[in-house]
Amino acid sequence: MAKERMRSKKGVEFTSKLLIYIILVIMSIIWLIPFVYLLSQSFASQYVSGNFFPEEWTFQNYINLFTDTIYPFGRWYLNTLAIAIITAILQTVIQLMTAYSFSRLRFKTRKAYMKLILILGMFPSFLGMIVTYFILDMIGLESSIFGLILIYIAGSGMGYYVAKGFFDTIPRSLDEAAMIDGANKNTIFWKVILPLSKPIVVYTVLMSFTAPWGDYMMASYLAQGKQELFNVAVGLQQMMTKGNDVRYFPQFCAGGVVVSVGIMALFFWLQKYYVEGVTGGAVKG
Amino acid sequence: MSTIEYLSLSKPKRALYKIGSFFANIPLGIGRFFKKLPRYLLKFIKKIGNPFVNLYKWLINGDLFTRFSFIFMGFGQIFRGQKIRGFLNFIYEIVAILFIVFIGAPNFAALPTFGSVGSAQYEIDVPPFVGYKFNDDSFKILLYSVVAILIIVILVFLWYTSIRDSYELQKLKYIGKSKSDRETIKDLGGKEYHKVLLAIPTVGIACFTVIPIIFMILIAFTNYNTNHMQPKELFDWIGLGNFQQLLGLTGDSSGSQFVGVFLQILLWTIIWAFFATFTNYFLGMIVAIMINKKGIKLKKVWRTILITTIAVPQFVSLLLMSKILNTNTGALNNILMQLGVIEQGIRWLDDGIIAKFTIIIVNMWIGIPYTMLMCTGILMNIPEDLYESAKIDGASPYKMYMKITLPYMLFVTTPYLISTFVGNINNFNVIYLLSSGGPLFTNVNGQMITIDVFGAGQTDLLITWLYKMSMGQVFKDYGVSSVIGIVVFVIVAFFSLIFYSRSKSVQNEEEFQ
Repeated sequence: MAKERMRSKKGVEFTSKLLIYIILVIMSIIWLIPFVYLLSQSFASQYVSGNFFPEEWTFQNYINLFTDTIYPFGRWYLNTLAIAIITAILQTVIQLMTAYSFSRLRFKTRKAYMKLILILGMFPSFLGMIVTYFILDMIGLESSIFGLILIYIAGSGMGYYVAKGFFDTIPRSLDEAAMIDGANKNTIFWKVILPLSKPIVVYTVLMSFTAPWGDYMMASYLAQGKQELFNVAVGLQQMMTKGNDVRYFPQFCAGGVVVSVGIMALFFWLQKYYVEGVTGGAVKG
Repeated sequence: MSTIEYLSLSKPKRALYKIGSFFANIPLGIGRFFKKLPRYLLKFIKKIGNPFVNLYKWLINGDLFTRFSFIFMGFGQIFRGQKIRGFLNFIYEIVAILFIVFIGAPNFAALPTFGSVGSAQYEIDVPPFVGYKFNDDSFKILLYSVVAILIIVILVFLWYTSIRDSYELQKLKYIGKSKSDRETIKDLGGKEYHKVLLAIPTVGIACFTVIPIIFMILIAFTNYNTNHMQPKELFDWIGLGNFQQLLGLTGDSSGSQFVGVFLQILLWTIIWAFFATFTNYFLGMIVAIMINKKGIKLKKVWRTILITTIAVPQFVSLLLMSKILNTNTGALNNILMQLGVIEQGIRWLDDGIIAKFTIIIVNMWIGIPYTMLMCTGILMNIPEDLYESAKIDGASPYKMYMKITLPYMLFVTTPYLISTFVGNINNFNVIYLLSSGGPLFTNVNGQMITIDVFGAGQTDLLITWLYKMSMGQVFKDYGVSSVIGIVVFVIVAFFSLIFYSRSKSVQNEEEFQ
């Protein structure tokens, strides 16, 4: 009897495992197929709607991508890269400074300031765009990518939450020990806390580096249709909308692959930090 | 009712009791609020009144320098050793007053009418004064007024603190001490360090968030649109006109059409945010549980496959999907037709109702890996012995999930749920890059649409509609789009308030450390 029950229990265990494997395999297929399609179509000589794999394989799309004069993808790519690098550096510094202040320093207006940022964050960020554009116009940045960079950086103080959650977990006794050794708060921040915060620094850099690649709303408004100001998101979207989406589809796929490869490499290199940041950020919001 | 009595009730009775007591508590709560109102009011008055009392005190007890500080900011500091600080205060005062007198005041004066000289009234053709070079610019009038207000607020604040500090210095001197600039600088590395760290973020937020938001809230009460666009035309205050247009209170049939479209978009925004958040959350959690299950092999492979999809920038996946799902030229329909599964192309993104399902499903495809990743980390933190003891008590996996995993996850991830929900209300990318908000509304409440609804589509969210209004090729209406921005704010604030008031982890922010 007992043995039989054991066996049936094992049977249940086995079927449930089998079921899970089946689900996971199906999921993996569903999740990967569009990307396989993207990759294969990027080598297609032309778009045939019913084909998963192209009839004729060619590398021409990648060459066209960087030589096409109607859609200067190379320019967009460099734009985005420059924006991303500058934004990543400055945004990380500002965001960590804000997070550190709210986490470690105690001042009278702290709670009120945090509440203010919370409330300001509830307005859709696009709302003030026309004013922002005008302000950029006044300081002469409306027709360069630095305008976009300035907007990203100016708002970076408002995304301090994840980093604050991380700083909150560093024991305060460290600060106190450093203080006894005669360090002032500036030294503590740069020399004691930041070196301990590598995970959150890397996470913040990664996030602020990847965000500009996918931003469509702000970038498209600031560019005002000027192609030389597009980032890759706006550019590739343009490529797909002017009624020539069928003709340019393989080239779009090539562009998508070029953009994705760089970001993916970065992701897999820094995967550990990314996972940590995602988990920590979810808990401390 | 005592706890014991409550526990002895059956489940439906408990629920009834809870509902009953909820409603019974409403009048009680209101009563309590009014009882406390005088105390709140008194506290409020005291808070407002305090600065004035202080100012009076400083004026009476202050010496000559302190009293001079009332007129010349920083006077007290300059003559008591803090030369740099005093000078900076003084310079700000001069700059601010110059700004207010020469730029703020004229614009303030023009604010009630937004200027009087439009291009229609001001046309000269005498070179070099051709065209509308010198007419009034309503946009600038409003913007400079907002900036001036901000500068005045800062001025008053600095004025107050400079007098306070001057008085403090006076008191220090009285007991034979003094404070120089060097100490002020030293303070900046110590107890005033937050000023150093927060200076840049604050300037950024003030210039590119606060000023634009105040400006746009004011724009909501004006008729700023393509017909009233600077530099040619003036715009004007129209009171609640934009709100009336959005809510269909204009009194004609076009009003009811507009409010019809608005309500549909509003409803879809909330439905979308709800489903997009919770489908991803629960399915992602289930996937994480499946991968985490003991005995499942290749855990790393499954995770890596899903993470790969996070690494591809969202806009690439979304644009790709929108092409794959195209009704006529898309790969999915054509491949399905070749396989003989369907006869005719399915209108994935061209039919209002199907498009909504499609978008939510594509969003799952995009969002589940992310939630899976997040849940994996948290699931590993749940103490294993909870499950062991549940197993010994004979709990089924379903029961363990409902009684252990889910409550733990919900408790820990409330902040995440709030921010995701809010993020989805404003999820521009998924909607715009996937369907561009389409298919367009052709009729609403059974009525053909005869007015301009700014290209509103059946899958548009408020935020994409707002975008279309201010990017419109033919007609831009910034007034109405500002009202929509305010509506979004109200919705977000409403949901955040509900969530936040229930989340312990947010309330006890300090205890978390």
